[in-house]
Amino acid sequence: MYAQLRAFFFQRNILEVETPILSRSTATDPQLESISAQLRIQAGQEFLNYYLHTSPEFPMKRLLASGTGAIYQICKTFRNGETGTRHNPEFSMLEWYRPDFSITQLMDEVAALVSGVLGPISVTQLSYQHAFKRYLSIDPFEVSDQDLALLSKKLTHYDGPVLMRDDYLNLLLSHSIEPHLGVDVAGKICPVFLTEYPPSQSSLAQVITNGEGIKVAQRFELYIQGLELANGYFELTDATEQEARFEADNAERKALGLPEIPLDRHLLEAMVSGLPVCSGVAMGLDRLLMIKEKARSIKEVLNFPIERA
Amino acid sequence: MANYSSSEFRSGLKVMLDGDPCAIIENELVKPGKGQAFSRVKLRNLSSGRVWDRTFKSGESLEAADVMDQDMEYLYTDGEFWHFMMTDGSFEQYGADEKAVADTINWLKEQEVYVVTLYNGAPLSVSPPNFVDLEVAETDPGLKGDTAQGATKPATLVTGATINVPLFINVGEVLKIDTRTGAYVSRAKV
Repeated sequence: MYAQLRAFFFQRNILEVETPILSRSTATDPQLESISAQLRIQAGQEFLNYYLHTSPEFPMKRLLASGTGAIYQICKTFRNGETGTRHNPEFSMLEWYRPDFSITQLMDEVAALVSGVLGPISVTQLSYQHAFKRYLSIDPFEVSDQDLALLSKKLTHYDGPVLMRDDYLNLLLSHSIEPHLGVDVAGKICPVFLTEYPPSQSSLAQVITNGEGIKVAQRFELYIQGLELANGYFELTDATEQEARFEADNAERKALGLPEIPLDRHLLEAMVSGLPVCSGVAMGLDRLLMIKEKARSIKEVLNFPIERA
Repeated sequence: MANYSSSEFRSGLKVMLDGDPCAIIENELVKPGKGQAFSRVKLRNLSSGRVWDRTFKSGESLEAADVMDQDMEYLYTDGEFWHFMMTDGSFEQYGADEKAVADTINWLKEQEVYVVTLYNGAPLSVSPPNFVDLEVAETDPGLKGDTAQGATKPATLVTGATINVPLFINVGEVLKIDTRTGAYVSRAKV
């Protein structure tokens, strides 16, 4: 599979890069827990706290700002506390960036890459709003918090503490919508791009007003057979907005009693100097292999899952 | 009792849910790339036997249930309780009621060892071994030489349970039974 992937990028003249796995900063997303490593630059010096990256996004954006043009990377990434049939704390990620690509162009390229690995596929797009309307008969942009909580309790048997609105949406999405996304039709693989996320779930994507006058994040997730496979953005390039989102994440971290993350000043400086207009996507390669090999658990495609690492 | 956090949920763990002791059957991490992690848990209610699906936010916890599985030998019944004795040398005895014994009543045999689940010190359920040897109390006379595959007749065991057995089985014979399916396996080896 790796040979296929590298050939795909070689043909498209996209440069393979490597960036550090260890970094002084990391993702600020309160839902991601980075693994810390104590490191000293020289023997005898004091230890500094570094993080194993949760994705190579920040240094790759610094490269883009330095004018590399289109780049990709295949690397190991790390997320603490994530182990299950679809998760391993150490996993393989493919991430690539396309300057001047719209999110639609990038989705087309993602589909071409997936087809190269899995064979003929039939791709569709579904907006976040339409997915909720189709499978749950609610409008995720209009529904009240109260109704969301009630529906979550009914469908997912969640009876715990009150959640934030986005957490209810995520719960319903993963529990009652995802299993329908990208199911095979007559034996043929039919990936679905879920698009136009609520702005509150924009992460590092730009927010626009869509054709129906709703503010949506230019973000997509790729689903095949109910499995979340890739997450892409029309990338935020505004350093001020980026810093505000980092600060908001840290404020939420503080409220949740989680450690705050030092902001990645290198990234912010690179964005000030100018991140080109671009789209980028990260894909879980272990999961892609799961689909190719019809594996039911990620452990089947890992030589040594974390329990045996 | 202690509390278990959702990250400690694993198959076999006994917890309290809605006032009933439950055993966790499976726990699946549900975690979108961006977003809150949840645990999707299947539990068996040990009182009713029903299977429950529940979703927990990562970090939520449940109280541990005072539930213990103990090996015990079946002694006798007085009609109201079925009496079992610990096999650990303590000779401690427990009386299980009809609800606790439930379907295992079909497979109860004196001196056989069963798993008795104790909840707050009282028998909650009784599980039989996978195979027990039981004597046939009643069946139509055996047909000599008839070993045709597939042909069966009903036979009532000394416990009162009725199972299907091959035609050649006679009253008084001891049979090996699979308690999970209630199926005849073979004649018991003497």
